Amino acid sequence: MTRTEFWQGNTACAEGALAAGCTFFGGYPITPSTEVAEHMAVKLPKKGGVFMQMEDEIASMASIIGASWTGARTMTATSGPGFSLMMENIGFAAMTETPCVVVNVQRGGPSTGQPTMSAQGDMMQVRFGSHGDYAIIALCPASVQEMYELTAKAFNLADKYRVPVFLMADETVGHMREKIIIPDKVDRIERKSLAPGMLPYQADPDLIPGFGQFGTGHHVHVTGLTHDERGYPAATNPQLHAALVKRLVDKIENARNDMADYDIINPNAHHVFVAYGGPVRTVQQVMHDKKDKEIGFLRIRTVWPFPEKALAAFKNVQAFFVPELNLGQIAREIERYVKVPVVSIPKLGGELHTPAELVAVLEAHQ
Amino acid sequence: MSYEDWFRQDRLPHIYCAGCGNGTIINCTLAAVDQMGWKKEDTVFVSGIGCSSRAPGYILTDSLHTTHGRALAFATGVKMANPNLNVVVFTGDGDLAAIGGNHFIHACRRNIDLTVVCMNNQIYGMTGGQGSPTTPKGCLSSTTPYGCTESPFDLCELATAAGANYVSRWTSYHVKELEKAVKVGLETPGFSFIEALVQCPTAFGRRNKFRQVADHVEYLKVHSLLRAKRDRMLEKGEHIPEDMFVVGELTKRNRPAMGVKP
Repeated sequence: MTRTEFWQGNTACAEGALAAGCTFFGGYPITPSTEVAEHMAVKLPKKGGVFMQMEDEIASMASIIGASWTGARTMTATSGPGFSLMMENIGFAAMTETPCVVVNVQRGGPSTGQPTMSAQGDMMQVRFGSHGDYAIIALCPASVQEMYELTAKAFNLADKYRVPVFLMADETVGHMREKIIIPDKVDRIERKSLAPGMLPYQADPDLIPGFGQFGTGHHVHVTGLTHDERGYPAATNPQLHAALVKRLVDKIENARNDMADYDIINPNAHHVFVAYGGPVRTVQQVMHDKKDKEIGFLRIRTVWPFPEKALAAFKNVQAFFVPELNLGQIAREIERYVKVPVVSIPKLGGELHTPAELVAVLEAHQ
Repeated sequence: MSYEDWFRQDRLPHIYCAGCGNGTIINCTLAAVDQMGWKKEDTVFVSGIGCSSRAPGYILTDSLHTTHGRALAFATGVKMANPNLNVVVFTGDGDLAAIGGNHFIHACRRNIDLTVVCMNNQIYGMTGGQGSPTTPKGCLSSTTPYGCTESPFDLCELATAAGANYVSRWTSYHVKELEKAVKVGLETPGFSFIEALVQCPTAFGRRNKFRQVADHVEYLKVHSLLRAKRDRMLEKGEHIPEDMFVVGELTKRNRPAMGVKP
């Protein structure tokens, strides 16, 4: 039986993780994400799981990677300053192909910035923040319902692609309370096990190696050093390093269309909004008010890898309009793929755009 | 089985310099692990970054070679997610006491059921000999070219103060004592910390007048002060020279621990 609740976004995120079978949470308090940790602290022990409040976000990220190697589904939740601290170990997770879920309820930055206000300023950091070349998956929820569903989905993507997956929420969605319909159960995709005769870092044709869970006799050596298919350090072999990094990126980028998650509304429109996270709600209000088939909307849930194929669905587009709670981080990404003007509508300060602000920009271009 | 059965033969030869003391510490640790009768599939070695932290890569179990200073935070995740695993951490003075100092005191405070073997060579060996938080005053390194002016950490006192159940210090000279200490650490529920002072001829010895490896090992032997003797000297009010360090079992207690095998 499905049931209906009236929940805060952060609560829905924690409940989505529990429904997905998360059994280990390592975290550190930080506004505006703390409710995720608090909810996990209440619920996880009752379900036989482990909640650890670590000494900082560096340790939080480390703990969920360590726990993941025992086969557990693991998660942490943070915001800007903590996210910055996690960066080195996020790279370690990418290099060692460790599945884990990181929730970032974004707040205004840089630095301590606006702890209680909304922002989307970490969208490039999540993609490129750790050193070296790598690829990750980032999902952006725009409702309490999606806080639940995309968190559960993040665990499946993490296990399927053996990569850290990020739920890039924002303070608006994290602290918003609204109706949510809880499904009976969520789909679960299991981690691919290391097959007999295969080496721990020997990839299958999908470029993903089987997972040699600790405690199951595989004797896997996991290192952040450049490693060969056995997992052994080979840090001075140029060809091996190039091939490894290329595979880590390609296993995600080649699957971008499989994991793309977006809605296309009014594909014949001339003027098209593109939005993710909190600003989706403002665009929805504009669409509702204007009831104008001339306005299109590409509403994105999987922001990384960026689903550029979706942009081509708007055949008659004359301009894309991209409202973001940053100075145009994803607008620049869109510019890489289209020949028409991309109008960035940045908003700093911690509040969503008003519908009138979006309409004003739209009308200035009509 | 002997300790030799725990090595990955296909990874040898190792990267350690001629005369390095780390191999001695690894052998002592594995000898103690071997005596525990543990299965390889139930045992995990975790480390951070540095010479000491390369050790898990040579051991035929599941092993996690992590980021600089963070071994204990990773190990906390492994042990808490699956307390049935035996988790042993190799670390060094730079990894544990400098960049990893915060994780060290909090792992001690939690008294999490890990055994930590710290190879303290009093210098950053892998990066070529920079001063560390345990470099003694006056010693030369590439970043203390006029002699170290900072006071070093006493890692054992730090571990005791922070709440570890078992704390012991020996040197690469005291192989039998070290092996026994590691075994007691493995047997003790809660956080066990074993510091092993080691010679580093490449980065430390050549800058600090240890012409031969044996000279440094001899120094470690001569400057070791047994805990019992230290206690007797204190009772008599005798002066303890500043260049001596206390060896032996320094703390053993049974405070409530986390992550103990059910």
